[in-house]
Amino acid sequence: MMADSGPEEIAVIGNTDLTSAELENNIKNTMVEIEKWTSLLRKMEISVGEAEKRTGKNTVNMQEIYTVYLIETRPVDAVTEGIIPAPDSLWRRYSEFELLRNYLLVTYPFVVVAPLPEKRAEIVWHKLSADNMDPDFVERRRVGLENFLLRLACHPVLCNDKIFYIFLTEEKGWKEMVYETGFQAKADSRLKAMNAAFRVKNPDKRFTELKHYSDELQTVVSQLLRVRARVADRLYGVYKVHGNYGRVFSEWSAIEKEMGDGLQSAGHHMDAYAASVDDILEEEEHYADQLKEYLFYTEALRAVCRKHELTQFELEMAAQDLASKKQQKEELVTGTVRTFSLKGMTSKLFGQETAEQREAKLQVLEQQIEEGEEAVKEKNTESDEFVKTAWIDIEHFKDQKDRDLKEALISYAIMQISRCKKGIQVWTNAKECFNKM
Amino acid sequence: MFNASMPTSPGSMVNQCKFEEDEESDSKDIFITVDNPESHVTAIETFITYRVLTKTTRSEFDNSEYEVRRRYQDFLWLKGKLEDTHSTLIVHPLPEKFVVKGMVERFNGDFIETRRKALHKFLNRVADHPILSCSEDFKVFLSAQAWELTTYKKQGPGFLSRMGETVRAVANSVRGVKNRPEEFTAIQEYVEDFSNKIGSLDKVTQRIVKEQKEYLEELKEYGPTYTLWSGSEEELAEQLKGVAGCIERCCKETEEQVGHLSDTLVPVLHEYVLCAETLKAVLRRRDNIQAEFEAKNEALATKKVDRDAESSDLGFVWGSLLGKNPEEARHQRQERLDGEIEELKEEIDKLEDRVEWANNALKGDWGRWQRSMRGDLKSAFLSTAEKNVDYYEKYFIFIHTQITVSL
Repeated sequence: MMADSGPEEIAVIGNTDLTSAELENNIKNTMVEIEKWTSLLRKMEISVGEAEKRTGKNTVNMQEIYTVYLIETRPVDAVTEGIIPAPDSLWRRYSEFELLRNYLLVTYPFVVVAPLPEKRAEIVWHKLSADNMDPDFVERRRVGLENFLLRLACHPVLCNDKIFYIFLTEEKGWKEMVYETGFQAKADSRLKAMNAAFRVKNPDKRFTELKHYSDELQTVVSQLLRVRARVADRLYGVYKVHGNYGRVFSEWSAIEKEMGDGLQSAGHHMDAYAASVDDILEEEEHYADQLKEYLFYTEALRAVCRKHELTQFELEMAAQDLASKKQQKEELVTGTVRTFSLKGMTSKLFGQETAEQREAKLQVLEQQIEEGEEAVKEKNTESDEFVKTAWIDIEHFKDQKDRDLKEALISYAIMQISRCKKGIQVWTNAKECFNKM
Repeated sequence: MFNASMPTSPGSMVNQCKFEEDEESDSKDIFITVDNPESHVTAIETFITYRVLTKTTRSEFDNSEYEVRRRYQDFLWLKGKLEDTHSTLIVHPLPEKFVVKGMVERFNGDFIETRRKALHKFLNRVADHPILSCSEDFKVFLSAQAWELTTYKKQGPGFLSRMGETVRAVANSVRGVKNRPEEFTAIQEYVEDFSNKIGSLDKVTQRIVKEQKEYLEELKEYGPTYTLWSGSEEELAEQLKGVAGCIERCCKETEEQVGHLSDTLVPVLHEYVLCAETLKAVLRRRDNIQAEFEAKNEALATKKVDRDAESSDLGFVWGSLLGKNPEEARHQRQERLDGEIEELKEEIDKLEDRVEWANNALKGDWGRWQRSMRGDLKSAFLSTAEKNVDYYEKYFIFIHTQITVSL
């Protein structure tokens, strides 16, 4: 259990029952906190240390093997004071990470929530197995999960979430706590969101553009990753075949007198060349993982756009509803029927309503109009707030994306340079050996 | 029509020949080039001829310069004649008659160029050989006009006598040699191993070329993806275009490298695969010569036994049947056998000389061949290694520049 950074310092913005005013206030606080840099990471070191296999019974009561990951946390202060206490730790499995993320998605719909690493190895080249139990895959997933947690801890809004904090610090009972928030009920149905996406009339142009961008990004990065995997596969083939030179040179050197030494040592260099590709491609996987993260981020971007479309749609519906009620009132008051209605027809056929009936109707309508105006006002504020807060987060995301990808591309170029250097070295050595033939 | 003309000035020819044979460049008095492939279409067939240009100061040639056109068949004929005349000398191999893949590919540009280079090398190797280059057949090949060559080819031992030789050779090889000198057994063992190794190297190298080509194909798709992405980005656009540029550069370098491998290492390894077969054939022919000698020796021994044997009963009976005096018959028989023995001895002397000459020729050529082989293979592998260093260096410099620009 953490000692220093207690729950008192956490502002809980997890409750969507807050009124818009309270929401605004909390967001203001968060903004201040951003400026003061009090992200969770300032207080805590977080890491995902190891992975272990466990067996247990799943939901249909069958035996399963799954992997758990060790989450270690330690207050930053403790380290800087010269004492290094052992970190607190607990074990979590992938499905719990998923649960955390789903909770955050529903609770903070205006946030571009960092994605999780792949559940299964999707885009593989032949060396990597698509098996979830493969140690290389598990290792890369571990790194991905740590990255996920660090992203959350850096986020000005998400880092203060209580459920997130407890995820990091209390192993037992966390799941129940999450379900108790009732977040699942608050999730927008997919159908509702799709319907809104089709029928919304005036979404903010920026969100429409963002949606297009995220679609483009998804398409191009998936393609890039697929081709990269094929390139890696081919490169692997080229390097490994050179290993055959090693074997044959060695055998050949045994029957030659003058060429023997030169051939033998050249053979060793060919073996070294063939072996070097393993490290090279391992490093490149890291680059691929960086790209993959942003590939998966596109889904989070789309989620925010969908939420905007939904809120905008609801606003439009409320406004439309209000307008129609107002019109009904007008018709009732002036007695004119501008639009065709069954009421109008029946009154023409069977005579007008009595004055009392009309009065009663008017009162109902006016009540409805008043409520409608409140609703529109609320929805308007909600929509505005959403657009404002979402756009802040989106700008923040864009900057992060540009920074991260720039760094990734540079490191990719550096990997290529390193590969060149190794190549130059091996073949220069081989050349020396051939000279001795 | 193809026009791959080579330089014809003596100066450039000297440079070219120096590149091929360091050892004998000071005493080089004959320069041969094979170039200018042209296709000829007749009613019956289509074939390619090559120009063979010879410049020489050798006295056995009437002129100092010859220009003739030869087709593959003519080269094949020359090789056959050289091997017939000098059966235990090592003649450099010719490129193969057919390409495995199919006849259509015979007239593909690359195939023709590869063949031209191999034919060029073949003639130059013959020209460098102290004994082979003095061959009359070689001289005729270089200097005779087309119709002259046809006439010349028709001379020489007829078909039937050559058949006879082949039959004898087969018979001897079936019989096998009994007392092969140790050094030739050692050479044979070496040739077996060498043949295996060079065959493996040939296959490995072809595999590398294949893998590199497949790598190149994927790279060609990879670069444009970054360019496509750059279209969606603002801040990252330059960077992404930079990566696309690097990959494009890698494509270019890889293409060059594959080309170099195909032009330099692959043909040489292939040549030596063929050489290994030539060596095996030479060793077999040497064995056959010795086998023939051994066979004759055994025949002599048998005859001597016959001659020294006491009068055989059968001869006595036969002689008496014919009404001959047994004493006389035995005497006649012994005289006949003595004659045959003398004949055999003469033949054996000749064969013994032949064996000795064959062995010495092979021994001499063996050392020569090993030196050539070392030189050729060393040079080819060295060139490959140099090209690979060059490949990585050029790519390195390009990326390095890109990074410094983008930062």
